[in-house]
Amino acid sequence: MRRFISIRFAQGLLVLFIMSFVIYSLIGLMPGDPIDLMISSDPNMTAADAAQLRALYGLDLPVYERYLNWLTSALGGDLGYSRLFGQPVLQALFPALKNSVMLLGLAFTISVCIAIPVGTLAASRPRSALDYGVNLAAFAGISIPSFWLALMLIIIFAVFLGWLPAGGIAPAGSGVLENLKYMILPAATLSITSIGSHVRYVRSSMLEVLRQDYIRTAKAKGAHKLQVVWKHALRNAMIPVVTILALDFGYLFSGALITETIFSWPGMGKLIFDSIMGNDFNLALIALLFATALTLTGNLLADICYAWLDPRIVVGENKQ
Amino acid sequence: MKNNSPFFLALRRFRRHKLAIASLVLLLVMILLVAGAPFLESLLGVDANEVDLFNRMGPGSADHLLGTDELGRDVLARLLYGGRISLATGLIAACIAATIGTVIGLFAGYFGGKLDAFLMRFTDGVIALPLLPLLIVLAALDLNKIGVPESIAESEDISFYRIILIVALVGWTTVARLVRGATLSFKEREFVMAAVGVGAGSIHIMFRHILPNLLSPIIVAVTLSVGNVILLESVLSFLGLGIQPPMPSWGNMLTNAQELIWQAPLLAVFPGLLIFVTVICFNFLGDGLQDAFDPKAEY
Repeated sequence: MRRFISIRFAQGLLVLFIMSFVIYSLIGLMPGDPIDLMISSDPNMTAADAAQLRALYGLDLPVYERYLNWLTSALGGDLGYSRLFGQPVLQALFPALKNSVMLLGLAFTISVCIAIPVGTLAASRPRSALDYGVNLAAFAGISIPSFWLALMLIIIFAVFLGWLPAGGIAPAGSGVLENLKYMILPAATLSITSIGSHVRYVRSSMLEVLRQDYIRTAKAKGAHKLQVVWKHALRNAMIPVVTILALDFGYLFSGALITETIFSWPGMGKLIFDSIMGNDFNLALIALLFATALTLTGNLLADICYAWLDPRIVVGENKQ
Repeated sequence: MKNNSPFFLALRRFRRHKLAIASLVLLLVMILLVAGAPFLESLLGVDANEVDLFNRMGPGSADHLLGTDELGRDVLARLLYGGRISLATGLIAACIAATIGTVIGLFAGYFGGKLDAFLMRFTDGVIALPLLPLLIVLAALDLNKIGVPESIAESEDISFYRIILIVALVGWTTVARLVRGATLSFKEREFVMAAVGVGAGSIHIMFRHILPNLLSPIIVAVTLSVGNVILLESVLSFLGLGIQPPMPSWGNMLTNAQELIWQAPLLAVFPGLLIFVTVICFNFLGDGLQDAFDPKAEY
């Protein structure tokens, strides 16, 4: 197990390292470099000045040399300055991370708390009207475009009813209720779009378990149907579900990009989008790498959970 | 006498799936409508690109059934043309992605060993990436800097091809895993052994003997991924990074709708509703096909 974790950890680091180079090069290919930005703000600069500046900052070097320069200083702890925030990169990143954790934590909790009972209920009565209805609703949740759902929620609850703010975050120092008011619509958007796939995972995992021999044994010894489903089966059905949830949580950080941007929620997703669009290369690079690291961590956690919850499985020992 | 060939068995199971049938019909109607967009346009007497600044954000009327947008253009006509782009993007990108995935999966599964290990670690790596931010970076790249000739980079349709390419580049992983798994089991079967025995080459075996057996799961995967691709395209276009105006797509019709949400909230309703209906239809269809081809999988 320890060997497995260390191998996966090393693989994750390798992916992260390759990604840092890929993202670095990709960002270099986006329109406008720092010197272009200087030219556009200073009409007196000549082409010769620009070339001189590029040489001064090493921007005329080939991409791998620039990358190595960046990597050396990044590993030395110097991640550079954010152009948009006028702060060192990490100082801009941490508040956003905090906001994302708050919003995503709420959305994720709502989604899981609804998905587990609903999915179990549907699986315990396969092919019933209830199962059919749940399946239909789950498909709707998977298929709805998140940005459109967000717009519809804004139209209904902010424009027509005026009950909730259309976006933004509560001013610093306001109470829990005030904070919650700003979180309801984005959290609803995120949980509605993720709940569909969660319900389907729970349902199919539960169906799988209900076919097992020990479930038949439990029924045969006369255990009540409710007890069989909610006690014997649910525990075992949770094993694959937990791993999928761990996987999902990693993706949420970047997946909330649309929702956060539409609701102007100052989290990681909005930060990534704004920094890419605003030519804030230092911040974009670190934020993207951070999101990659989070996704990879989610993957790793999923594998560990799987092995930990189900000792029968020895992961990595060639499943084929 | 009933015909009990696998195809007819699957067809009979598929016909029981009422939602999938309804979805298929609805999708076909939609494809017909958007294909006939120029004809319908002249029938209704409107023009998708005709700007009428005196009639902006107008309500539905006899002239403009679904009203007009912020430049006074007919919303219905733009929805039809937008549907062309969105559906075409979804179908083409999903097929390209499936082709890439199929080739990678076949090679990994058939040759095994180091090639398999390398290809599958690569696939795992791609799956572990934060998809959306990466797509945004790819969509924001400066084409001149990658060396695309200016005449192509500046052309009007470039945003259409570009989005297809970007989505296909990240969308192949599901099919690759699926095809690899199936290839692993098929390559041990007698008919493959027999083909090896009579001296068939590897490429011939992979594409002529193994691939035909994988068609039904691939078709299911493609159908299910069309919905996803349409969602990705609409998100990127919504953010201003996909299909570029004046070419309409269901996604970019919503970009301006967000800014006008207080003045003309209804503008935001129709494009999103169409995306929703299309995506859910493809998902129902894929689900129905899955049940039809592989009845043991779910229940």
